[in-house]
Amino acid sequence: MKVKELVEKLNLKVLSGESGLDREIEGCYVSDLLSDVMGNAEMGNVWVTLQTHKNVMAIASLKELACVILVKNQQAAEDTLEQSNEEGIPFLSTTMQTFETAGKIYELLK
Amino acid sequence: MHQEYTVIEGDFVNAGKASSSVKKTLKQLNVSPQIVKRVVVALYEAEVNAIAHAYGGTVSVDIEADKITMVVADKGPGIPDIALAMQEGYSTARPEVRDMGFGAGMGLPNMQKNVDKLNVTSEVGVGTTVEMEVNFA
Ligand SMILES: Nc1ncnc2c1ncn2[C@@H]1O[C@H](COP(=O)(O)OP(=O)(O)OP(=O)(O)O)[C@@H](O)[C@H]1O
Ligand SMILES: [Mg+2]
Repeated sequence: MKVKELVEKLNLKVLSGESGLDREIEGCYVSDLLSDVMGNAEMGNVWVTLQTHKNVMAIASLKELACVILVKNQQAAEDTLEQSNEEGIPFLSTTMQTFETAGKIYELLK
Repeated sequence: MHQEYTVIEGDFVNAGKASSSVKKTLKQLNVSPQIVKRVVVALYEAEVNAIAHAYGGTVSVDIEADKITMVVADKGPGIPDIALAMQEGYSTARPEVRDMGFGAGMGLPNMQKNVDKLNVTSEVGVGTTVEMEVNFA
C-alpha cells in the first residue's frame, strides 16, 4: 500500500512531505520511545507516535520509514516539517488516539 | 577516509547529523544496506548520549576497505558503573529528556546489538569514550 492510500482510507491530514506520498508502506511500528524505534522499526514502516520534535524526523530519515502519523491532532514543530519536505517523508496527523490508529492500520495491513 | 563531527550538549535539533552524513558516505561507497543500517543505529545512539548525558564531544569516523571505526568521545560526568549502564532499561535521563522520548535505557543495548566490537571507557567527572567497529563482510 502507498502512503497516499493510507491517507485516504484513514482520512489523515498531510502536514508535510507531499512528495513522498507515493512511498510504499511495509508494516507499522507504534512507539513513543525513540531508541525503541531506532532499534526495532524497519525500513518502510509507518511510525505512529505522539512525539513531534525534530528527532522524530531524524529517525524517520535514518531508518527510511515510509511516513510518520502524529496522533491526537498533534502539530509538528516547524523545523520538523521543513526537513520532512526536504526529504519527502510525509508527516501526517489524525484526530484519533494511538489505539484506534494502530487498530485501523492493522486491519489494512494484516 | 577520516571524518570528524562535533556534538554540543543539549543540541537535540542536530542529533543524528553525524549518523546521517556517515550513512550517505557509506551508501556512496556501496557498502551493503544491511551493514549501513547497523552503523546508523549504533552511531545515532552514541551521538544522542553525548548530547543528552554529557557536555558534548566529538565523533571521529574512520572508513577502511573492510570496516568502519567510530569513536564518540565526550566531556561529561562519566559513567560510574558501565555494566549497569549497559543493561536494557537502565537510564538516568532527566525528566525533560524523557518527555522527548529518550530515556528508555535502550541506547547502549542498541549499540551492542549492532556493532562487531564495542568498547566503553569512562572516568567519573571527566568523560566517556565509546569505540565501535563494524566489519563490512
Ligand atoms: N556519554 C555518557 N555520559 C554519561 N552517562 C552516560 C553516557 N552514555 C550513557 N550514559 C549512562 O548510561 C545510561 C544508559 O544509556 P542508554 O543510552 O542505554 O539509555 P538512555 O540514554 O538513558 O536512554 P535511551 O538511549 O533509550 O534514550 C544513561 O541513562 C546514562 O546514565
Ligand atoms: Mg541513550
